[in-house]
Amino acid sequence: MDPQQPEPVSYLCGDCGAENTLKPGDVIQCRECGYRILYKKRTRRIVQYEAR
Amino acid sequence: MPKKGTKSKKVVDDVANEQENKLPDYLELQRTRVVCNADAPIHTLGFQYSGAFAAMGVDNSVSVEKFCKNFKVEINRLTEDDIEFDMIGVDASIANAFRRILIAEVPTMAIEKVFMADNTSVIADEVLSHRLGLIPLDADPRLFDYISENDVPNERNTIVYKLHVSCPKGSQRITVKSSELEWLPEGSQLSMASSAQSGDKQKTFTSFSKSQKQILEKPLGVKFKDITIARLGPGQAIELEAHAVKGVGKVHAKWSPVATAWYRMLPEVVILEEIKGDNAEKLVKKCPVNVFDIEDLGNGEKRAVVAKPRACTLCRQCVMKDDGQKIELRRVRDHFIFTIESTGALPPEVLFTEAVKILEEKCEKVISELS
Repeated sequence: MDPQQPEPVSYLCGDCGAENTLKPGDVIQCRECGYRILYKKRTRRIVQYEAR
Repeated sequence: MPKKGTKSKKVVDDVANEQENKLPDYLELQRTRVVCNADAPIHTLGFQYSGAFAAMGVDNSVSVEKFCKNFKVEINRLTEDDIEFDMIGVDASIANAFRRILIAEVPTMAIEKVFMADNTSVIADEVLSHRLGLIPLDADPRLFDYISENDVPNERNTIVYKLHVSCPKGSQRITVKSSELEWLPEGSQLSMASSAQSGDKQKTFTSFSKSQKQILEKPLGVKFKDITIARLGPGQAIELEAHAVKGVGKVHAKWSPVATAWYRMLPEVVILEEIKGDNAEKLVKKCPVNVFDIEDLGNGEKRAVVAKPRACTLCRQCVMKDDGQKIELRRVRDHFIFTIESTGALPPEVLFTEAVKILEEKCEKVISELS
């Protein structure tokens, strides 16, 4: 990844569940409700499990 | 009642070929019955040795002719997913071999690999996969091949199902049922690598050369539409693909084609000494499965008779106290009441014939190894 252009990452608000896109240096706070705990989203990468 | 019938027939049979030597009654009882006393069963072993009665001129050997003459199967009940039949004239070892083969060696299809793209539900990925594996699939395993470790999944050895469900925000919690598993006859739709490759066709987790619709007569699905897989709260979603393969129950119970298969020996209840009046009433009340009934003898006299010996569960209430010595509980050694409950992939009667085929294959293998 190019260090010059950091990708914005989206997070989920721990309170209202709204999606927030943050870049490095941004204040960690929900734009909708101001809650300060944000969660990273689950990966969309495919995970393989054995059904046992 | 039916017991009496068979007994009288036996007598007729014996008269017909009188030159054949007969065992004395007490030995014949030990040979053909297990007697269940109040404390413990006796004569459980039987007589295995072929020459056990040679001195009396009675042949106790096992032979194909004897088997062909005596073997009988009678179906008592047959429904879509359940069968009960009597297997008469076989050794317990054979009956048990069929039971074990049914449970552990008749193949079925079951979900084995789960490719999870998204699961934001409260149920953990591993637990969800395990639940998916246990769902009975409506797919005939005889139409598929086994897949080995290095095989590429193709239309002959893999069935692909998709599960895409989500619960919209602000709505009620939803329950995900097995009916939402969707069959993908064209194979996997998930691409293997997330980075887009230059090729025109993205590589997926299966390589189907043609649609399974062309191979199979009827669409594949799940046997039961109302199995709960998970529950989703508002905003949660599950997106996955499940690959089912052929396997046998000894590897994992999810491949077992039977809910269970079991047998019991035919119970035989004998009243040795007449039980009359109040004692008869007491006996009828004592039995929890109503094996006994009252017979009116006229002029106010009553007698206990055995009405439904098949119902006997061998609880031994009747032989415990009071009139215990007047009753004998027995089991017929070579008569098995076999019950098979299918999980749905194949009808129960087909499961049994499959089990017979498997045993036959095993025998042939032994013969070819020895010769």
